Amino acid sequence: MASQTERDGDEGGLAALIYDPKARGLLFQVILLLAVIGFFAWVLDNTISNLAAQNKKSGFGFLGETSGFQILTTLGTYLIESRPGEATYFDIFWIGVINTLAVAVIGIVLATILGFVIGICRLSSNIILRGFATVYVEVLRNLPLLLQILFFYIVVLRILPDKRDPGYTAFDGAFGLNIEGLFAPYPSISDGFGTVLLAFLGACVLAWIVAWLARKRQEATGKQFPSFWVGLALVVAITMAVFYAVGQPMVWEFPRFLNAGDELPDGRTVSRIRAGYDITLGGMVIVPEFLALLLALSLYTASFIAEIVRAGILAVPGGQTEASKALGMSNGATLRLVVIPQALRVIIPPLTSQYLNLTKNSSLAVAIAYPDIVSIFAGTALNQVGQEIEMIFMMMMVYLVISLVTSAFMNWFNDRMRLVER
Amino acid sequence: MNLRKATGALSALALTMTASTAFADGHEGGTLASVTGNGAVQCGVSQGLPGFSNKDDAGNWTGIDVDLCRAVAAAVFGDANAVRFTPLSAKERFTALSSGEVDMLSRNTTWTMTRDTQLGLNFAGVNYYDGQGMMVPTSLGVTNAMELDGASICTNTGTTTELNITDFFRTNNMSFELVAFEKADEVVAAYDSGRCDVYTTDKSGIAAQRLKLSDPGAHTILPETISKEPLGPVVRQGDDGWFNVVRWTLNCMINAEEMGVTSSNVSDMMNSDNPGIKRLLGTEGTFGENIGVSNGWCANIIGQVGNYGESYEANVGADTPLQLARDGSVNALWTEGGLMYAPPIR
Repeated sequence: MASQTERDGDEGGLAALIYDPKARGLLFQVILLLAVIGFFAWVLDNTISNLAAQNKKSGFGFLGETSGFQILTTLGTYLIESRPGEATYFDIFWIGVINTLAVAVIGIVLATILGFVIGICRLSSNIILRGFATVYVEVLRNLPLLLQILFFYIVVLRILPDKRDPGYTAFDGAFGLNIEGLFAPYPSISDGFGTVLLAFLGACVLAWIVAWLARKRQEATGKQFPSFWVGLALVVAITMAVFYAVGQPMVWEFPRFLNAGDELPDGRTVSRIRAGYDITLGGMVIVPEFLALLLALSLYTASFIAEIVRAGILAVPGGQTEASKALGMSNGATLRLVVIPQALRVIIPPLTSQYLNLTKNSSLAVAIAYPDIVSIFAGTALNQVGQEIEMIFMMMMVYLVISLVTSAFMNWFNDRMRLVER
Repeated sequence: MNLRKATGALSALALTMTASTAFADGHEGGTLASVTGNGAVQCGVSQGLPGFSNKDDAGNWTGIDVDLCRAVAAAVFGDANAVRFTPLSAKERFTALSSGEVDMLSRNTTWTMTRDTQLGLNFAGVNYYDGQGMMVPTSLGVTNAMELDGASICTNTGTTTELNITDFFRTNNMSFELVAFEKADEVVAAYDSGRCDVYTTDKSGIAAQRLKLSDPGAHTILPETISKEPLGPVVRQGDDGWFNVVRWTLNCMINAEEMGVTSSNVSDMMNSDNPGIKRLLGTEGTFGENIGVSNGWCANIIGQVGNYGESYEANVGADTPLQLARDGSVNALWTEGGLMYAPPIR
């Protein structure tokens, strides 16, 4: 009898448990969690057994192997010492990462500047400026990016002069532009450059201290001090002084143009095919693939940034402008000190998304032979090694890290710009 | 609401798991079985290489590689049209094959040791012996490859050509700049616009791509062949049954040419007394059944696609735009001094 009561009580407890929404919810959560874990375990197991069945290699051992192919001269090949064909796959990976970063960082800077200018033009009272900005935004953001990249590449190739023509030159041959790319002076560094770098950093710290003292004084006494110009003068003067004191440890090497029939330093004559700019004799080259990709990415992204900037400025109530005008501020000062700081709070979050988009869009480089990470690591190298899973995983990690760092920075910037309510 | 979603997701998950376990098992059952089940051979070809795999004006795939796909279909189904083509870039091809997206590759693919041993692939033979060559604008006045120091070179990514050209320039201590594009058409466009001095790929490929240039006559193909490029059909490793079907399809075409069996005389040859031809055409023995197809497999191939020589002459031979003369080349039959040699059917 007693046991009967107990069982009744048990059943009542179980029933209560089933009808208890909390307990039931928990049960399903646990089942779902187990199912998800089971699913991934099954995927992993299937992958491993399938790879084993196909006799495919796995693991990251391939990174130390020699790749055996050459990569187009780009920032990556300047920074990672690699003799043609002797680079390991790990070198190839880093060359790809550097090239992706190079086009992304420079692209972000250009797109931001251009985007702000176009965005402000969109609001201009000058009808020509406004019309141009509107046409720019509507055309560029409505065409597929890949098409624009190919278009710029083909246009760049078609309008530039032939390799054996010095092309467009500037500053007495210091710069030259032909189908091989943009040739520019290259800073050749010798011993003592570290000292100059240290002096530069020291001068920056000094300038910062001056600015800090000036602000303190202004807060205390109201007296202003041109701390920006003084700081700039300090940095330039100190750096230059040290630069000459240690005997000019950096010289600019200029690109040299060779005509067929010229004599090389080693006594050989230049053949017809060798004619053209020769960067082994000095100078550096920025290849047309990079220029076209950079142009397309920044022009395209700038059209989106322009709209974001316009939205941000329009979001600042008109009363703010009127109030600052009433205080006697000029148009420029109103824009710089009143409108933009408030607009930035609206602009920064969507701007972050555009930066991330630009970075990821740079993977379209593969269409025009720019050796970014997708093109050389997930392309050429993957084809030689054949380990899709490891290599695609590495590549995804690269984009993930770049994107997370970008958003972390932008979030930090956003926090600083946030309206501080007292 | 959340709860219902969760249970829905769960049952879907359970379904996928049972379904895909079954798939994994079926996959190991053999490609031949799955091909028969699908009713067509899924064949990976190039994105457009005249003479090898290319769409003609009517939208039909043609080429020496395409013929091999059709021949496999003829062997398996007795119908050379039971084949579906998947155009693949050089980069995608091996992934597409090993993931099971295609049943075989017949895509001007070079047989190398790494590919054969480390990528989980098997090469079923060679249907074209090629070598890497170089093309330059005639106006540059270059007559041989040793004069190419300082040249910029356009090529495709994801191929052996990148490695060969790097080797060649390193060995000869010459400097060069390599511009590598993903698609063949982009390589041609870049070369045509003057971005590069040299266009390099397999010699048959040069002959084909040259036709796309704005002025094909203004370019010279240099005499050097800087590599060995045996091109052939590829299947997944670990499936010997399917491997045999593809390998012997190619061997059937080569043996047929050697024995003089062509698409036009194959019906007469069915009555031949020659024991070799009888085995080839399945009137004697059970050679077809032994590899899991009908005994008339080879007769179907020859009747519907033709022998190797017919396929060669129709697609890449001297009378085609590619003008790759076969006489005296390595692609001639072994009886004519070439390398085309198939083991006997017996």
